[in-house]
Amino acid sequence: MTQVLTKYDKYVTAFQSLERSQAAREPQWVRDIRQRALSRFSELGFPTARRGNENWKYTNVGPVANANFEYAFGASRDGEKAIELRGIAPWGQDWVNLVFLNGRYSEVLSTKPSSAYAARVTNLADAFLRDGEVLEKHLARHATFDDDGFTALNTSFLRDGAFIHIPEGESVQAPIHLIFIATGSDRPSASHPRTLIVTGKHSKATIIESYIALSPAPYFNNAVTEIVVGDQAQIEHYRLLLDNTEAFHIGTSQVYQGQDSKFTSTIFAKGAALGRNNIHVLLDAPGSSCVLNGLYMTSGTQHMDNYINIDHAKPHAFSRLNYKGILDGKSRAVFGGIVVVRPGAIKTDARQSDKNLLLSRDAEVNSKPSLLIFADDVKCGHGATAGHIDGDSIFYMRSRGLDIDTASRLLIYGFAREIIDTVQVEPLRVYLEKLFLGALPSFKLLFGERA
Amino acid sequence: MNKVQERSQEVLAIRNLHVSVGEAEIIKGLNLTVNPGEVHAIMGPNGSGKSTLVNALAGKPQYVVTKGEVLYEGMNLLAMLPEVRAREGVFLAFQYPLELPGVRTWQFLKSAVDAVRTHRSLKELSVREFDRLLTEKIKIAEIDSELTKRSLNEGFSGGEKKRNEILQMLVLDPKLALLDETDSGLDIDALKIVAQGVNQFRGPSKAIVLVTHYQRILNYITPDYVHVLMEGRIVKTGGRELALELEEKGYDWIREASGVARE
Repeated sequence: MTQVLTKYDKYVTAFQSLERSQAAREPQWVRDIRQRALSRFSELGFPTARRGNENWKYTNVGPVANANFEYAFGASRDGEKAIELRGIAPWGQDWVNLVFLNGRYSEVLSTKPSSAYAARVTNLADAFLRDGEVLEKHLARHATFDDDGFTALNTSFLRDGAFIHIPEGESVQAPIHLIFIATGSDRPSASHPRTLIVTGKHSKATIIESYIALSPAPYFNNAVTEIVVGDQAQIEHYRLLLDNTEAFHIGTSQVYQGQDSKFTSTIFAKGAALGRNNIHVLLDAPGSSCVLNGLYMTSGTQHMDNYINIDHAKPHAFSRLNYKGILDGKSRAVFGGIVVVRPGAIKTDARQSDKNLLLSRDAEVNSKPSLLIFADDVKCGHGATAGHIDGDSIFYMRSRGLDIDTASRLLIYGFAREIIDTVQVEPLRVYLEKLFLGALPSFKLLFGERA
Repeated sequence: MNKVQERSQEVLAIRNLHVSVGEAEIIKGLNLTVNPGEVHAIMGPNGSGKSTLVNALAGKPQYVVTKGEVLYEGMNLLAMLPEVRAREGVFLAFQYPLELPGVRTWQFLKSAVDAVRTHRSLKELSVREFDRLLTEKIKIAEIDSELTKRSLNEGFSGGEKKRNEILQMLVLDPKLALLDETDSGLDIDALKIVAQGVNQFRGPSKAIVLVTHYQRILNYITPDYVHVLMEGRIVKTGGRELALELEEKGYDWIREASGVARE
């Protein structure tokens, strides 16, 4: 026990100095949550694969646990104004942008909506003081930290982040873009981005979260997002993991859905030395439906782990999961998806699929979608595949005059396109097309000398 | 006339060709000359090497030429990469066209046409120019133009796939078309459309090698020569009437006459 505590000393120290420095202005309930979360983190620590912890079977977070990260929240903001967002993130003329540097809100870089705007979009530090009622009801209520060390750690440092509240009946046209930037420093740094999205009955909105690095320096992003989808609300959510290849990224999205609500989640993961994308969706009312799409692309020694839990708690709910991976080099991907159908959740319609394209012989994928069904009269299915580029398809294209490089790019892009084409936001889709086409390796790398 | 000039008039000159797939030698000393304007039908029993021949000519990597030479318009065809063969004007219509999920037919064909044109030092076509070309050829191949917006061959019927091969041939406008059982699996209406596409393509500067099991398609595409391929060699050559004779009598009489052992 003492050993465990020593290992996490640096987090406790950072926490204490944080409490001393600035907590005075914050409401007591926020401070209480942080305190409880820290206590819980001290007990839980980081997860390990030991003792049959299936959720972390293929992903070793030892490098995260053992690294000596500095809490980056208060890092210097010199040069903040000079950051040119348009070059590094997707961009739309009419988008509302909230920008965070190392987890802390940047007034300078953000474009908050005017007061006439239908929705409340602000940073959490501001919301603590003005939106207490909504926050107290939802913050840390959905992404609980009882059994998740990373969420407990994030909550211990709950200090700023994004807050979006779409009131009942409001339809927000322009996408809301949350940009989390790791600025990078000499020493490895940690930040704990936090987002709360609460959407009222019959509301509609599109929200994009982007995680971006300004330098190639290593850092640890430990992000938690809570999303409440109100009855009959329609929420489109995008999450872009564009971290650098030295980064650790642990991200958790906890989604709660009301009656007849529709939630679409699309994940694009390209960065991070070690990435973990947790999505938990609680379909807590009849008629609720979610569609979860994902595209991940890894190379070198990257490790990407998607862990998706869809909880059909009530009858007549619908879920679709469609993830695709493109793996090159010695990279590794893990997919763990669980669909739980609770007792009484009849007429559940759930399907999950994870498909992988391996571009090298050294790439590896562990894909394990699973179903836990405790109700009758349900329609559930799942499947996972992993395969290499088909040599016959390449020859077919070469026989029409295309060289190997062009042929393989068209095939790889064809594989990715199914996911990219689901993106409803035009500038975002164009951005992602370019991003993925630009990152496609050439066929020569795949099959060596065989030309 | 000296030898070089004489050769350059031939579209295809195959001399003593040997092709192996894995350990097995499939083509065992094949000779064939195809001149501009000619249509050659190649017939033969299953496993005689018909598909191997055209796949080897198109440069499929698994088909290894162990001996012999192939001149295409006087050039050493076997030294060219498959894509270079295509850009030089060799086209293979596949027996089993592949489905390419996510690769739009339009985009694929445009890329292919541009690759061919660039190779021939021509400017890439503008979108409008390409659309005009495609629309014109779509009419001949009688393909639903909606299909060109979909992924190549994905979910296409057998007949649509074969017509799509003909469309690709017409769009790419090769000099030498190798048709690998393009008639197989087609109903009579689809067969007529495919034949119509081939006949449109046919011309004094074009050469066609048509591999088929059945003489049926030759009712619509009249060949100049019919060759019988057995045991990796051409054992008999005749005219249109040879195909009819084969249909009537089978292959055994040729086997006996030419001394090819029965497998």
